[in-house]
This record gives sequence, structure tokens and C-alpha cells, in this order.
Amino acid sequence: MDLKLLDAVASREEEEAVAGFAGGGRDQLLPALHAVNDRVGWLSQGALNLICETLHVPPADAYGVASFYSLFALAERPERVVHVCTDLACRVNGAETVCEVLTEHVGAAGKARGGVTWLRSPCLGVCERAPAALAFQAGDPATTELVAPATGASAVLAAQRAPSASDGAPPLLHQKDGLRLLRRVGVVDPSSLDGYRATGGYAALRTALRMGEAAVLREVTDAGLLGRGGAAFPTGRKWAATAAQPAGPHYLVCNADESEPGTFKDRVLLEGDPFALVEAMTIAAFAIGARQGYVYLRGEYPRALRLLRNALAVCRERGYLGVDIMGHEGFSFDIEIRRGAGAYICGEETAIFNSIEGFRGEPRTKPPFPVEKGLFGKPTVVNNVETLVNVPLILTEGAAAYRAIGTEASAGPKLFCLSGNVERPGVYEVPFGTTLRELLALAGGVPEGRSLRAILLGGAAGGFVRPDELDLPLTMEDARAAKTTLGSGVVLVLDDLADLGGFLLRIAEFFRDESCGQCVPCRIGTVRQEEAIRRVLAAGSEERPLLREVGGVMRDSSICGLGQTAWNAIESAIDRLGALR
Amino acid sequence: MTIVDIGIPKRLVEFTVDGAPVRVPEGSTILDACTAAGKEIPTLCYGDTLEPANACRVCMVEVEGSRTLVPSCSRKAEPGMVVHTDSERTRISRKVVLELLGSATDLSTTPDVDRWMAETGAEPSRFGPDAATVAQPAIVDNELYVRDYEKCILCYKCVDACGEQWQNSFAITVAGRGFDARISTEFSNPLPDSACVYCGNCVEVCPTGALSFKREYDKREDGTWDESRQTATTTVCTFCGVGCNLTLHVQDNEIVKVTSPHESSVTHGNLCIKGRFGWQHVQNR
Ligand SMILES: Cc1cc2nc3c(=O)[nH]c(=O)nc-3n(C[C@H](O)[C@H](O)[C@H](O)COP(=O)(O)O)c2cc1C
Ligand code: SF4
Ligand code: SF4
Ligand code: SF4
Ligand code: FES
Ligand code: FES
Repeated sequence: MDLKLLDAVASREEEEAVAGFAGGGRDQLLPALHAVNDRVGWLSQGALNLICETLHVPPADAYGVASFYSLFALAERPERVVHVCTDLACRVNGAETVCEVLTEHVGAAGKARGGVTWLRSPCLGVCERAPAALAFQAGDPATTELVAPATGASAVLAAQRAPSASDGAPPLLHQKDGLRLLRRVGVVDPSSLDGYRATGGYAALRTALRMGEAAVLREVTDAGLLGRGGAAFPTGRKWAATAAQPAGPHYLVCNADESEPGTFKDRVLLEGDPFALVEAMTIAAFAIGARQGYVYLRGEYPRALRLLRNALAVCRERGYLGVDIMGHEGFSFDIEIRRGAGAYICGEETAIFNSIEGFRGEPRTKPPFPVEKGLFGKPTVVNNVETLVNVPLILTEGAAAYRAIGTEASAGPKLFCLSGNVERPGVYEVPFGTTLRELLALAGGVPEGRSLRAILLGGAAGGFVRPDELDLPLTMEDARAAKTTLGSGVVLVLDDLADLGGFLLRIAEFFRDESCGQCVPCRIGTVRQEEAIRRVLAAGSEERPLLREVGGVMRDSSICGLGQTAWNAIESAIDRLGALR
Repeated sequence: MTIVDIGIPKRLVEFTVDGAPVRVPEGSTILDACTAAGKEIPTLCYGDTLEPANACRVCMVEVEGSRTLVPSCSRKAEPGMVVHTDSERTRISRKVVLELLGSATDLSTTPDVDRWMAETGAEPSRFGPDAATVAQPAIVDNELYVRDYEKCILCYKCVDACGEQWQNSFAITVAGRGFDARISTEFSNPLPDSACVYCGNCVEVCPTGALSFKREYDKREDGTWDESRQTATTTVCTFCGVGCNLTLHVQDNEIVKVTSPHESSVTHGNLCIKGRFGWQHVQNR
């Protein structure tokens, strides 16, 4: 392929940012775009040109990729950008007030003034500290500052002063007893491998290496581990199917994109116990025969990025990654972090592959499934962070003991993300089968003096549950029977003062913003859905038949889970809460 | 490419379509099987010379046991599959997908769409007068072809034809995302500044007239484009020794556009700038 490049020339800063990528291939496109965007704050034609020349990517293609992600700017903008979350949990906790104060003191959203601009953002994944704001400051090095919970004043301060380079406070847990997945979080230093090992770390990998691949696959299958990323697919089956593929190499991808509004459990694990993920991935790689793994980490998790980078470096240094891991001859494995750049759709398993390979984060058609043709066209396992962190537990406790937790069909402990109008928002770990009422009680219920209106279970792609349905046992099977889903573990609580209509509108806006645009039912259907909800809220018109018809076709004919679920929450609000009439 | 290869004998796959048994060579899609059986399934993004992008979702059929509908243009027939092409679900899906497209896009030059709309009872106007559209001015930045993206349904065909599937020029791409997704050059620069080599293969595959030859565009604008007065003659290009087939579309004794037969084993419908656009001298009289 002969490239026809633009005439535009890169600045010295842009050249420095791209210098490290010489000799790289197309799969370095996303990191290279990040490097320039981090350094300069936006991507000029000259910078894109240089990236294309360096990585041998056609300029139109690179433009198509860069324009897909919301964290990249393709027109000049200030070095300091403040993202203010206006998504579900932040909305319920006063995000609009923060926006108003910012508008008054810094100017309208998206307008550059005094070296700064602020933008409305989808969920930043710190819903337990809502409302949240995240400031990015371009430079060498680039810095970030998380302000959560934010007030109008603290957001204005973040916009105006030099960054304090704080990536946020460590995760806070309200629970103390009986924790398995969370037992190290807030207790053990997440930057210390010795701290990790002193609390049982790497015992599971040692066990795995002793047992052999086949036995690990059997143990994970026998434990009945179901994927925690939303689809609840049996992990053992996924691993075994990939391990059995003759084509090589095999890849392992950890899905740490976590952009579903109301979800922050993976962030808590990444920030609180990063070595556990590294160990878990190493076990998974051993079982499926992978030598290379990727963590696809959402771009808005600076603290997780810092701690995970540290964990990988320390593990490499100490022989827990690299060749002959833990002295096991012939077992080599390493992990690369890929930062997402602001696109919820990149959490879809096949969109991740495109994103890592340097293409637009559009989902691929299935079949073929990832176990057969995944990353770089090779057999690939994609697993959620929480799913993986269950693996060391299974190997140390044994499949039978693990199975004894939870129910027959939903085994093990489960993390739930409580946010919204709840006394003590945060991540809670309970065995599957705990009722919604019990979970709510752990978090202190709705604030004093208010009453429960509804709970959004499973996130924007999930569904609403009424106050009279709190005895629902939280298991995959009970949720299915009640025609809802646990999804990614979201429990977003709305009290009697919550603006349900505005909340539904935000859900519709979210899907419209985050659609990749590939297929008609989703690209246009999500727009028509939002328009119809706006009409109901403004004029009280009857839009339910239209919403049902469009929603049904989005569900039936969209390519991927985003379009297929974009109508779930709104449908359940109509059917179960009597909304939009 | 989904042209059914008859070179090497293949095993036959047996399945049912609308209650009738069908047998097709292994590797055929459901659409191939339906077409062979004389059954019409509407398609828009399907390209007979391109790998299925299955983005338009007009060709959806029901496969028993599948949670969602299935794109017939890309799904391979499997033994024992039970397919319904005309069920309640497929009818509603086809209608709503056409309505969504029609409400956002100008489909006035898309062949067959009016008939499908009538057949399914689609009413794009029911989304109201304020429904968002992709309306925008046509881009006329060169003498050879016009980009009228108000008519674009984002079928990906032009991108695939320009990129790795045929031309390897990579002049155009999909940029942005969601409703803002659009066909674009890098930084929306004018086509003459892009990597375009004016092969016109993108125009050849565009199903909606969003990409059209300048001559056709001008004639449509001044109201003199009339397909009923046109003849199409296939001949051999004289510019070089490859021997590509050209189909000359002639109206009132004037060549108004040049296409190439998709079934030609030499070109599969693709041409170069000379074959596609180099005919002006023929009629300099
Ligand atoms: C639009 C969309 C977004 C998704 N986002 C995530 C995500 O952020 N994290 C995640 O683990 N799974 C996400 N998923 C689910 C993944 O596609 C996939 O099922 C999961 O990562 C598999 O891992 P598991 O088997 O361990 O659950 C998403 C799915 C869709 C359709
Ligand atoms: S359903 Fe939506 S997000 Fe998924 S492929 Fe289609 S347009 Fe993209
Ligand atoms: S004319 Fe050819 S090179 Fe130019 S955009 Fe179309 S397909 Fe690509
Ligand atoms: S311009 Fe034509 S070929 Fe290209 S995506 Fe749009 S409709 Fe398809
Ligand atoms: S951080 Fe704002 S909704 Fe999650
Ligand atoms: S023709 Fe099959 S999805 Fe477009």
C-alpha cells in the first residue's frame, strides 16, 4: 500500500510524542493517538500525518479511528479539559448544579476560555462519590485530577488552577466481614507485591502450575463460575473451547473498560488489588495456552492505570511475568495495558479487538465467536475483571467450597455497585442469593426521611424494580425469572424526589451518544427513542406504541448488545413503573 | 465475495426456508439460497462483489432458535436450519428499518425502496417533522464525481471498495460515531487533496446515488436525466491491454456514465480512472 500523506507538518512536541512509536504497526495507533493527545491536548493534521507515516496507516483510516473516541479532539482545544459527569448517579446527586456553576464562572460547556474547557461526560465510574469531575492537563507528563464528590466551587477550582495531579482517593469499603473478592481492598498496599504475597498472593498460581492446564480448566468449570461482565456466560466453557482451538497463538483479553453507567466494581478491584488481576490473568493464560494478554482499561481510570502499570513492572522484575514464570519451564506470559479513549461500545468483546488492532471500535458480526476468531483473528478469551479475580479464589478454596457459596446456578460471591439516593454508596460483596432488600439494608437504604421510588438493576441496559419487589434474590436465574437482569451489578437507587422522566431521558441520550453507528436500528433508532421521550416530557404526547415498535426492532435487528438492550430500561419503566404516560 | 463458486464440487447443505426444503452448496448464505429459489429479500448494504458488512439490517430473517433476527446476506446456511423470511417479526423489522432510514436519509434515488416501503406499509413521516436527518449540501469538489451525503445510508460499500477489498487507495473512511457517523476523507479535506485516484469504484457500488458521476448529477439537477431514454452497451476498454469490460450508458447519443459488469472475471465491476472517466474524447465533436 502506497500512502498518500497530507502536506501538514508536525510540531516539535508532536514529533517527540510520536518518536517512541518508530517501527510500530497499526496496533500502535490507539497508543500513538493517546501520546499526542496527552502531550498537546488535541490531534492536528500534522500530528496525524506523522502518526500515519510512522505506523504506515492510511490518513483517512486514522482520522476515522481518532474521530470515533470522545477523549480525542481533532480541532484545537485548551490543554486543560474538565469532564463533568452528568450521568445517572451524578444526575441524582446534583451534577446539574455543578454544571450551572461552571457555566457561570468558566463559560458554556465546550467553549474554550482562559486555557480551559469543560465538557459534559458520561459516567466516570466513581458513582459512589457522585457527582464527579475529572480534569485532564496535557503536557509532559500529562496529569489528571479527579474531583469527587465535586461541588460547583471545587469543579471551578479544578478548571482554574494548576492540576494537583491527584488521581483520587483509594476505594473505601463499608463492609468488613466475610469478604473474599474484596478482602485486600483498603487493607493491603496495592503497590506492594510483598504485601500481596503475604496475604496469600500467588498461592493460586503455584497450585495451578502444579495441577496442570487440564485440571485448572476442570476446576474453573466445576466451580460454576459465570462471567461477571453482564452476559453471565460460563467461564470454564469459554476457556476450554479456546484452549482446544488448534490455531495459534491464543490471546487473553481482560475487559476493564467498565463504562456502563452506575458500574465501578472493576475500578475498585483494579485500584485496591491489582496484583490479584495479574495473578488471575496468568492462571487464565496458563489454562488456555496464551503467551500474550491485554488489559483493555477505560481511559478515565488514572489511579487504576498507575497501580496496574506498577503491578506489571514489579511482576516482570520478580519473575511473575515473562519467561518461565515461577520457575515453570516453558510457561511464558506477559500483559500489555491498552487505554480506551472514551467509548462505551469498546467494552463489547469484539469491539475491543478492533480497538486494540487500531480500527474503529465497531463490534464484529458473530459468528465467528472470539473463542474461534478473536484478537488478530486468533482464538481469544475475553473476561471481565471481576470474573478473573474469582479465579485465584477457586484455586485456593477448591471448586467444591467455592460452589457452596451462592446458589446452585449462580455460584460464588458477587459484587454490586450501590449508588444514587442511598445512604452509603459503594461496592458491596455478597453471596449470590442475597435479596435486594438485604443488600439495600447493607448500604443503609434511602436517606433519612425519604422513601424508595425504584431501583435500576443491571445498569442502563438493565431494568427497573419496584419497592414491592425487594425480596428478589440476587441470582442470575431469579433475575431472569423476574424479567430483569443483574447485568454488571448496578443497583441504582431512586427515591421519591428523583426526576424519573429526566432519568429516562438521560438513559436514552446515553445510548444515542454511545452507539457506534454501524447498524441502522441502533444508529437511527436510539435517536428516535430519545426524540420520542423528549416529546412525552415536553408535551405529554402518547409515544408508547412508537417506542415499543422501535425498541422491539432495535432489540431484534441490531448487530450488538448495545442496540439490543438500548430499550430495556425504558420499556421496564413503562411496564413496571407506569412511566411516560 | 459471495459469488457461489461452482469450480470445485461442494457438499450440499439442506435446510428449510418458509417451510420448503432447500439444498445449497456449503458456504452459501441464506440470501444466496433465497435468491436461487427465486425469493426476493430486500437488501441495501449487500454488495455482490464485496464481503458482507451487514450494516443496513434490511435483509433480516428469522432463524428458529436464534434470540435475535439474523442478517441473511452474511449468515451461512447450516444443515437443519429453519428459516422464515416473511414472518410477523421480519415484516415489522423490515418496515421499521426502512422507516428509520427514510426518516433520516433522502432515498429518492435508491432503486426499489419505494416499492418495499409500499409493500411493508412503512411511513417514515410518523417520526414527526422534527426528526433529525443527515440533510446537508452535496459536495462538488472535482469534475468527476459528486458526494451527496444526504443520501448516504452508511452501507460501508464505498469504504470497502476504496480500501482493502479492491482499490487499496484508502481515500475514504467512516468518521465520527453514532448518528454523527459519516463517510469522510481525512479531516474532511476536499477529495482532490485526498488519496483518491478517481477509479470511481465507490460510485459503482453505492446503492443510493449518494455518490454519482458529475454528468449524472448535473443532468439530474437540470432535469434532463432520463433512464428510459438510455441504452447500455458493453464493450472492451481500449486504453490498455488488460481488456476490462465497459458498459457505456448512452442518452441522446451522449455517453452519460460508464459502469462495468460485476460478473466480469477481469474487473468484478472495478475500473481505473481511464476506463471510468476517459470517454470525453469519444464525443468531442
Ligand atoms: C455495549 C457493551 C458494553 C460492554 N461493556 C463491558 C465492560 O465494560 N466490561 C465487561 O466486562 N463487559 C462488557 N460487556 C460484555 C462483554 O461483551 C463480554 O460479554 C464480557 O466482557 C465477557 O466477560 P465475562 O464472560 O467474564 O463476563 C459489554 C457488552 C456490550 C454489548
Ligand atoms: S447495535 Fe449499535 S453499537 Fe452495536 S453495532 Fe449496531 S450501531 Fe453499533
Ligand atoms: S474514486 Fe476510487 S480511489 Fe477515489 S474514493 Fe472512489 S474508490 Fe476510492
Ligand atoms: S456513500 Fe454510498 S456506498 Fe458509501 S456508505 Fe454511503 S450509501 Fe454506501
Ligand atoms: S460517575 Fe457519574 S454516574 Fe457514574
Ligand atoms: S443487506 Fe443484509 S444487512 Fe444490509
